[in-house]
Amino acid sequence: MNRPYIRTPVLLEVKNLNKSFGGVHAVNNVSFTLNSGIIKAIIGPNGAGKTTLFNIISGILKANSGRVSFKGEDITGLNPHEIAERGIVRTFQNIKLAGHMSVLDNVMIGRHSKTRAGFFAAALSLPWTIKEEARTKEVCMEIMEMFSLTDLANEEVSNLPFGKQRAVEFARALAADPELLLLDEPASGLNIYETEELAEVIERIKNKGITILLVEHDMSLVMDISDEILVLNFGKEVASGLPEKVQKNPEVINIYLGEG
Amino acid sequence: MSFEQVLQYIFSGITVGSIYAVVAIGFNIIYNSTGIINFAQGEFVMMGGIIAHSFTPTMPLFLAVVLAVVITTAVGSLIELVFIRSLKNPSVLRMIIITIGLSILIREIALHIWDEKIRALPFFTGSEVTSITIFGAHISPQVLWVLGITALIVVALQFFFYFTFTGQAMRACAANRKAASLCGINTRKMVNLSFCLSAAIGAVAGCTVSPLTQTHYAMGTPLAIKGFTVAILGGLGNSTAAVLAGLLLGLLESFSISLLPMAYKDVIAISILLLILFFRPGGLFQSRQIVALKSF
Amino acid sequence: MDLKRYYPVVVLILVVILIQILTSLFGITFYLTQLTMSAYYSLLTIGLCMLMGYAGQISLGQAGFFAIGGYTTAFLTTVNLIDKAEAPVLSLFKSLGIMVLREDLYGNKILHLSPWVAFLFAVIITIFIAFLIGVPVLKLKGHYLAMATLGFGIIVYRVVLGTRAFGEADGITRVPGFNLLPGIRVSGDFANRVENYYIAWVLVIIGAILLINLVNSRAGRALRYLHGSEEAASTMGVNVSRYKLNVFVLSAIYASVAGVFLTHFNAGIGPSEASVMKSVRYVAIVAAGGMANLWGTLIMAVTLNFLSLRGVFGTYDDAVFAVILIVIMLFAPRGLIRKGVISEIEFAFKKLKPGGIIKVKRES
Repeated sequence: MNRPYIRTPVLLEVKNLNKSFGGVHAVNNVSFTLNSGIIKAIIGPNGAGKTTLFNIISGILKANSGRVSFKGEDITGLNPHEIAERGIVRTFQNIKLAGHMSVLDNVMIGRHSKTRAGFFAAALSLPWTIKEEARTKEVCMEIMEMFSLTDLANEEVSNLPFGKQRAVEFARALAADPELLLLDEPASGLNIYETEELAEVIERIKNKGITILLVEHDMSLVMDISDEILVLNFGKEVASGLPEKVQKNPEVINIYLGEG
Repeated sequence: MSFEQVLQYIFSGITVGSIYAVVAIGFNIIYNSTGIINFAQGEFVMMGGIIAHSFTPTMPLFLAVVLAVVITTAVGSLIELVFIRSLKNPSVLRMIIITIGLSILIREIALHIWDEKIRALPFFTGSEVTSITIFGAHISPQVLWVLGITALIVVALQFFFYFTFTGQAMRACAANRKAASLCGINTRKMVNLSFCLSAAIGAVAGCTVSPLTQTHYAMGTPLAIKGFTVAILGGLGNSTAAVLAGLLLGLLESFSISLLPMAYKDVIAISILLLILFFRPGGLFQSRQIVALKSF
Repeated sequence: MDLKRYYPVVVLILVVILIQILTSLFGITFYLTQLTMSAYYSLLTIGLCMLMGYAGQISLGQAGFFAIGGYTTAFLTTVNLIDKAEAPVLSLFKSLGIMVLREDLYGNKILHLSPWVAFLFAVIITIFIAFLIGVPVLKLKGHYLAMATLGFGIIVYRVVLGTRAFGEADGITRVPGFNLLPGIRVSGDFANRVENYYIAWVLVIIGAILLINLVNSRAGRALRYLHGSEEAASTMGVNVSRYKLNVFVLSAIYASVAGVFLTHFNAGIGPSEASVMKSVRYVAIVAAGGMANLWGTLIMAVTLNFLSLRGVFGTYDDAVFAVILIVIMLFAPRGLIRKGVISEIEFAFKKLKPGGIIKVKRES
């Protein structure tokens, strides 16, 4: 599939990133750039270091060496909440929601970094905090509508089926108004119809001008939606570039056929 | 401080230290098989001493001790059967609260059965005035009993865990409960056994130390927190290191009395606990990375 | 804004007033004394509810903060500075009007800091200590957090028990009343009984309203969220360690304020207020109230403390709280005060019977 391809400014730059756990080199000298407005997929067999890479970018793990910069600013080693504040938001492969809270609450937490009512103001219920909270709710309801979650707003998340939970996670991420969205295996656990829907959703997010970095196993989904692909194996870059180019790379074919 | 005094402090330090070590080992045994920190661990020690004491008027000391250990073991087993077994995948918070509740319940029952008097078992050999002289320091023979029995407990446990089938099965459970149960090991039985074992060694320690440090219904909580300190110092789950850590804490405490008022003795131990928790939660003897590895 | 959340407050206010009227009608105003004390303990407990129930951080050292508040105010309002009255600092204090000169029962002149200053000082010191231990402690989880807070509690207990300035085993007695405003005085005098009952409950109501606001705000949502998943909260921009620290300090302030007021009301404080058993008791109350349930906690706190203070449990006081802890955690880990609890307890009992339903229940 060919897409019009325009060079946009670099949003995220990863340079010589390394991370090892004991003797295992999970991420081995990985470098890549991500231009704004596109969808880039990171693929590779299990244990290739994809999720580790995500965890480093989003601040959950600290790299041993290397650099991550976002819009020219060095964000290596910042805490997850500082990274979120800069506009990088992620989803998790094995969905991380607060199961004991309502769908609405779970989406509203997404706006945390865009709002400011702190302990003191909130406890005193200052008028501006009430306004802010109402506004937050409004924005979140709109986003929930996009995922047809409106009717479930007050439902406890742990009562929802898996597919719906994934939708809540997406809504939460979008509520944060991210510039860069990291999707960690968004199709895992979804059936074929849900995956198709997901592809549409991702396209729609992209059309809002949000850049997407995606880790995914579902090859057809990846080939369908990505503008660029980075292939990792044992923590190392194997190939990168346009989907059709990567698809024909003999090493990549070898990895995937070898795995199967 | 004279050389004899130093020796005196050292002996008193390693005496209490070895009791801390036994409590820590008790923590480890249950922690390894269930992932639970049993806050009632100190109460086993109290029960050993106090039950044996109430049997002494009617029977020989040795028999009283054996009976006390048997009863405490039964209580340990009962606790597992009644309170722990029915819970499936309980949250840590819930487990903590249950074992704290048990610890207080046992303490209160002891208070109502035995009142709040401080009591002590008779010395195993000789009496409180008997002493032996080592390098000029006067030591009660009971100190040797405590050290000997602690050493025996440690050696026996090592033997049990490494050379008997049941012991190996327990280690298998600790390493991977599901895999162990797939291999045909009755994991429930092993969990129960771990409660029995740690109750038993707690009771033994409670009896041997009673002539020296006395037994009191409320002695459990301070012992538990010090035992926990030692378990953490040695690295949670690692019993060999716990022995070293126990002796270390015992010595520190013993020498601290020469510097600070007696009333602050517990403050020292707990401050050490806090410092260790803050700076080296994996313990003194290992790096953070192997904290996850469990071993009895 | 959703005003529904304040309905229980209105009910509470009405109940408080009703009880006062009923006790006067039936001539049983002596109950108000225990209800006042229960109110102060409840204040501490709802603070703990915020920390433990909503934010999911256990503290077995809450009595320690209560004692820090109580002992600070007790010490500052009883230590006699008359011999040092000419010291420049004290002259400055005197000219600022923050010193009190009074006579004790035997006509001796006592010069000490005013209770308001002592109160402020107690709160400041509490905040300081809570920050100091909160920063490292809150990095810990589960058993480690429980033991560390327990350790803190024991340290406070040992220090007040072993320090002469704090009266060792006797504690500090003859603490004067606290003139909140002209004519409004926190003290245990019989004449002030009704007044003090209202002071205590106004404090609880203010405390509760602040917490209701907090729970239902952006900050409260972040707190509840980090209980569910710290990782998810942090990747959504919640500064997890700061939020945990804030709520820890907040709950410490509640405990400390309760300590200050109750100490003035009781005219003294003893080391038992700092004991581990007290901390465990507060945890038991929050657990019985349903953890993340402010009103459940409040109802439990008042009921259990009142019964305990009336001596209903006799010598089984501590045992009762231990049994409550165990039973609640075994059969109703989500607490007693909520919908559907009866059926759940039945379910739990069925599960215990051999051959009963063996179904794993979802943990909250």
